Amino acid sequence: MSDAMVLDGARAEGLATVREVPAPGLIALKGDLGAPALADAVRAVTGCAVPGLRRIEAAGAARAGWMAPDELLLVAPREAVPGALSTLEARLAAAHHLAADVSDMRAVFRLEGQGAREVLAKLAPVDLAPGAFEPGELRRTRLAQVPAAFWMEQGGFTLVCFRSVARYAFDLLAGAAAPGGEVGHFA
Amino acid sequence: MLLLTCPHCGIDADETELSPGGEAHLTRHGPGATDEDVEAYLFLRDNPRGVHLERWRHANGCGKWFVAARCTVTLEVFGTYPAQTARPPQHVLDAIEAKRPGATRKLPVMEGAR
Repeated sequence: MSDAMVLDGARAEGLATVREVPAPGLIALKGDLGAPALADAVRAVTGCAVPGLRRIEAAGAARAGWMAPDELLLVAPREAVPGALSTLEARLAAAHHLAADVSDMRAVFRLEGQGAREVLAKLAPVDLAPGAFEPGELRRTRLAQVPAAFWMEQGGFTLVCFRSVARYAFDLLAGAAAPGGEVGHFA
Repeated sequence: MLLLTCPHCGIDADETELSPGGEAHLTRHGPGATDEDVEAYLFLRDNPRGVHLERWRHANGCGKWFVAARCTVTLEVFGTYPAQTARPPQHVLDAIEAKRPGATRKLPVMEGAR
């Protein structure tokens, strides 16, 4: 089992394909999102601009997602994380901030296929209708009883939750995607 | 089911995405305060039939605290605003007054503002 995976790449097929994917490098960055120093640091580490309210910016494999008015989630390859943390520390030395490597604290899933919106809509109190939720938006919410965040990319959803609830989250998604559970609301 | 708009992230959050935090705008009486003030701060809460200001946390979202002004009878929501606000902002007071004339004067937080 890779350290980056909790469930050994568990996979379920149904209305949508649910699969665990290796967690990339994830950095939680807290600070003043309006500060030019923070914008410089985020661009240096990810190549992305500071995302606007509830948005996620992408540059190659890197992402910068808006998590809270004072918090970003930075996504980068795992091997780039130590370098990214030292870059952040150097560029934000004068600013009140916190940068933490949370890669090993998260589980990451991909949700792909026709029914992906519907599967997620069964579990989260979010309007997932086409037009209401589109690529470029990051949503922090709950998945049944656990917190999760997700965004759309490459024709599906990428979903991040706490590593400790990975099995619960996977079982939820697999259950919601089980064949025979079609609602057809977004069809 | 309540839908409250989080003033920090703009999401119309379902009640299940939020955690309730009880009555808003309490004065924190700490060391040096009288026993009565400490008791009131710790234990005594308003339970009005009507307009109420209450704290909520967008727990399964941006994680921030805010205050919602709502009616405990009809569940009508008059507005939400960040918790880092000493008094309800004017647009929320106006929204309450428009629907419940005179109600804002009865809010404990408005005592002394008159």
